[in-house]
Amino acid sequence: MGGAAMTWMSLNWTLALPEIVLSCCGMAILILGVVSRGNFFRLGCMLTVGAFLLTAMLVLSGANGVGYSGLFVTDAYSVFVKLLVLAAATLGVVMSLDYNEHENLRRFEFPVLMLFSTVGMMLMASATSLMTMYMGVELMSLSIYVLAAFARDELRSSEAGLKYFVLGSLASGLLLYGVSLIYGFTGSMDFALLAKALSDPASASPGLVVGIVFVLSGLALKVSAVPFHMWTPDVYEGAPTPVTAFMASAPKVAAMALLVRLMASPFGHLLAQWQQLIVLMSIASMLLGSLAAIGQRNFKRLMAYSSIGHMGYALIGLAAGTQAGVRGVLIYLVTYVFMNIGTFALIIAMRRRGRAVEGITDLAGLGRTDPAMALGLAVFMFSMAGIPPFSGFWGKYFIFTAAVQQGMWALAVIGVLTSVIGAFYYIRIIKVMYFDAPDEAFDVRPASLSFVAGVGGLFTTLFFLYPAPVVAAAEAAAKVLFG
Amino acid sequence: MTITDIMGEGTDMLAVGLGHYLAVSAILLVLGIFGIFLNRKNVIVILMSIELMLLAVNLNLVAFSSALDDLTGQVMAMFVLTVAAAEAAIGLAIVVIYFRNRGSIEVEDVNLMKG
Repeated sequence: MGGAAMTWMSLNWTLALPEIVLSCCGMAILILGVVSRGNFFRLGCMLTVGAFLLTAMLVLSGANGVGYSGLFVTDAYSVFVKLLVLAAATLGVVMSLDYNEHENLRRFEFPVLMLFSTVGMMLMASATSLMTMYMGVELMSLSIYVLAAFARDELRSSEAGLKYFVLGSLASGLLLYGVSLIYGFTGSMDFALLAKALSDPASASPGLVVGIVFVLSGLALKVSAVPFHMWTPDVYEGAPTPVTAFMASAPKVAAMALLVRLMASPFGHLLAQWQQLIVLMSIASMLLGSLAAIGQRNFKRLMAYSSIGHMGYALIGLAAGTQAGVRGVLIYLVTYVFMNIGTFALIIAMRRRGRAVEGITDLAGLGRTDPAMALGLAVFMFSMAGIPPFSGFWGKYFIFTAAVQQGMWALAVIGVLTSVIGAFYYIRIIKVMYFDAPDEAFDVRPASLSFVAGVGGLFTTLFFLYPAPVVAAAEAAAKVLFG
Repeated sequence: MTITDIMGEGTDMLAVGLGHYLAVSAILLVLGIFGIFLNRKNVIVILMSIELMLLAVNLNLVAFSSALDDLTGQVMAMFVLTVAAAEAAIGLAIVVIYFRNRGSIEVEDVNLMKG
């Protein structure tokens, strides 16, 4: 039969080459780790970083198109998201090198789990069917549940893993129920067919809208937007710090990118149905992110509330529902990833006499005991507060202009107000570092952490000099969804 | 065939139609969600509730698949079954390490960090 050959050709499987290569690398590293004698952790991390770089090159050089009979797509949008996810994951693995040695977590499964979770995120970026979307989300989440509980002799870490598992599974349950309703009431899981079936907003049945709300809640839990944020502070505090850094960057990017693609392309015509929901989630996240963070004393917990707030800002761009809005979301995610990873690298560097410390008061007098680290943290805090010329300001700038263009003044004004409130606790950290009486100095910072913080810091500081490549790539990516 | 045509069949009191399947599945889902939030006793019960939610979804998918005469739903159900197995394995592993550290799997004891 010639049919089989035809199907094989139209499969277009080479589009998924980066994912296939990355998975094969992961399995190879797993086998090497099992058969090798001695500790494979460090080498495993190096190989994983190598695999990420190789994959990034494949992503850059790959062709665009739709493969696997419409289940998988490679376009400017997916390439943008995949590169960002790979960059975050690479920095995350580099960050774990030193921490895991110190905390006795030298197990080679660690980078492999990060690798498989990254494969899941890449699938999410390329999903054009509810089925691919679900598989990507699960591959990402299952790996991260294990990572959160990776310090298995520590109660805090296992509790974080347990909480994340229960709420994450609840999220996938809701997501799936939504998927089943969408499938049932439209007869398709394919994004393109869904978009066609829903081109007339009046034809949307209540069952379908309920399904969209379920899917939205499931994904909101993954990006930790209010009211689905309750797991974030506990899990961020309890999980090993490199895992927290990883969780706060790459999966957020992938889940937000998936949410944007889902809302903009198959459900784009139903803007009126979901816009109010996104607006409410965005406002609630910004308010909670800025108000609840004020009383925090643990730096990791503070970063959890900060990330909730940042997701609220990113949702403004989605709520605008325009190409400029999506471009804003993408630029915001880029700036967020780099400042977030940099901050976490410096949190991991907070170590006294071999013990990790996480309190904000532990930073007292850092400006005198370690000026370079204090300067780095100051840059990240100013950037997160949205103070120009740092990258955080530009992320917010693109988001707010997109909202204003759509006449969503209230949303933009609330965003500006909450970032003023947020500036209070970011700047308090700077005050503690530069004006409080010095505490004992931190241990010598390992080169890997200085490298990661340096990359984050340079990007954050110098973004305003040459933003054109990021802005142009985000523009091209957003155009795919609205083209 | 549109969904309303199919829904109509279920209104006959004697035949079991799509509507009945959807109702059962919705009840199972709600039971699962309540099992997670109202349960104050045991983490294992939470794991069971999660499985219940996934079963509700599978029932939904298979019912829709048969009503729409389309295989996608059944393929999806297969994926969901596989993933549910992986999820249960990981969940139980996490519960085991939690028990080792805490010496209890009472839900009320999961309170080291207050969220």
